Amino acid sequence: MEVAAEPGNLAGVRHIILVLSGKGGVGKSTISTELALALRHAGKKVGILDVDLCGPSIPRMLRAQGRAVHQCDSGWVPVFVDQEQSISLMSVGFLLESPDEAVVWRGPKKNALIKQFVSDVAWGQLDYLVVDTPPGTSDEHMAAVEALRPYSPLGALVVTTPQAVSVGDVRRELTFCRKTGLQVVGVVENMSGFVCPHCAALCLWILSSRGAWRKVETSSGTSLRVLPSPRSPP
Amino acid sequence: MEEVPQGCPGTGSAQAGRGASCQGCPNQRLCASGAGAAPDPAIEEIKEKMKTVKHKILVLSGKGGVGKSTFSAHLAHGLAEDENTQVALLDIDICGPSIPKIMGLEGEQVHQSGSGWSPVFVEDNLGVMSVGFLLSSPDDAVIWRGPKKNGMIKQFLRDVDWGEVDYLIVDTPPGTSDEHLSAVQYLSAAHIDGAVIITTPQEVSLQDVRKEINFCHKVKLPIIGVVENMSVFICPKCKKESQIFPPTTGGAEVMCQDLKIPLLGKVPLDPHIGKSCDKGQSFLMDAPDSPATLAYRSIIQRIQEFCGHHQPKEEHFLSS
Repeated sequence: MEVAAEPGNLAGVRHIILVLSGKGGVGKSTISTELALALRHAGKKVGILDVDLCGPSIPRMLRAQGRAVHQCDSGWVPVFVDQEQSISLMSVGFLLESPDEAVVWRGPKKNALIKQFVSDVAWGQLDYLVVDTPPGTSDEHMAAVEALRPYSPLGALVVTTPQAVSVGDVRRELTFCRKTGLQVVGVVENMSGFVCPHCAALCLWILSSRGAWRKVETSSGTSLRVLPSPRSPP
Repeated sequence: MEEVPQGCPGTGSAQAGRGASCQGCPNQRLCASGAGAAPDPAIEEIKEKMKTVKHKILVLSGKGGVGKSTFSAHLAHGLAEDENTQVALLDIDICGPSIPKIMGLEGEQVHQSGSGWSPVFVEDNLGVMSVGFLLSSPDDAVIWRGPKKNGMIKQFLRDVDWGEVDYLIVDTPPGTSDEHLSAVQYLSAAHIDGAVIITTPQEVSLQDVRKEINFCHKVKLPIIGVVENMSVFICPKCKKESQIFPPTTGGAEVMCQDLKIPLLGKVPLDPHIGKSCDKGQSFLMDAPDSPATLAYRSIIQRIQEFCGHHQPKEEHFLSS
């Protein structure tokens, strides 16, 4: 059932950050989750909007799989992942009958659901809305940017890993940001190295040759932080 | 710039041409007449084109970053080491084309001939096609909605002059959306041998891979098997193994047992793989003794055996 568009559903959201990467598997969802948890730790109220419709990872990362989505007068109620209700989440993962169910949709149908996630979810008062995206520069990204544009998104956090194929895709994502008028808050280089648990050696550039990232760093934004590979990812 | 109206119901939908968002669309009349729902004539054209291609393999994963392109490239390299085997590698990741970089073909351009687009050749027997060859700069973003991506995939399958090919490997982006539906749809009359599905050991990947497996069942695409990539990491200093992506739910092995799908093999994370890819070289040649190379070769052999046992029916007819 489609709820009439509620202009007020994002009125209480102070900042909107899109987490993007041209490349898959660089840690967008992990970083979106960690960012939300860090903001909560700093006393902020955070919402996470997961617009990766084919591969929704956030429910699992926040141990919220299988939760139900309820309706209220303003639309869908996002799922609160903690007792204090300081992190709320909306994901297509909550709308599937089984976790293995594939969302085999073409672009127009994906666009329609993303519009609904933006306009029909009762986000309430939030300091930050973190929008996790799938890899690429296609339907989901255009739909999210167009739906969020009236609410002045803060900008984009672009995630990459050191290898050249990631950097190549990230350059394209930065072009997407420029063309759609999305300000790049910064770039995060993830999985820069791995600390061997046996000998404690820091193995740098496990995924690539050295230096691929440096070329992009000087021409685009500021690299925020180098994150070594986590030893126990979700 | 919009190629289709916002809220386009899709050309195959019952609302095609009749929905509110169809007003003003140049294709409105065509869709309303029902022509949009008729089978695409390109399917038959592609079937004809694919008669010179013996085996077609799709490399899929629900999850991004698990090594689909790396695997596709090395499957192509491995098969092409036999100079009598003609191999074609088609990259349908329109937004994030990695294959040109991994194959050492960045900056190459596509040429037209009388018989269509010419693929870019790495070796005499290994040809490659990717949207990457159509971009004028590495920073160019392909910001296309589904219908335009589908059009490109149709052109790749119909208009590229592959010639006589033993193996066509199709590298895909992550997901279960336009690109995957289009590849399966356009090749529907041409017989796809099957799909190789790539994963990494952690549950976050397996969760997406199970969806991809369901997608294959939905579209009746045979599954050759699953490859678990980045299984273990071997420290270059102390040579001990550790798990960067712990298989907390049993990894691909348990998933394959549950779903009764073959596990083709497990490939360890060797730091040299990434370096070879960055340089555009075959890792199989760069590090012939690596456990990862041995794993790749074993997996490639199993894929060849699968294709050898599952000949398309037309071949039996022609040879009898």
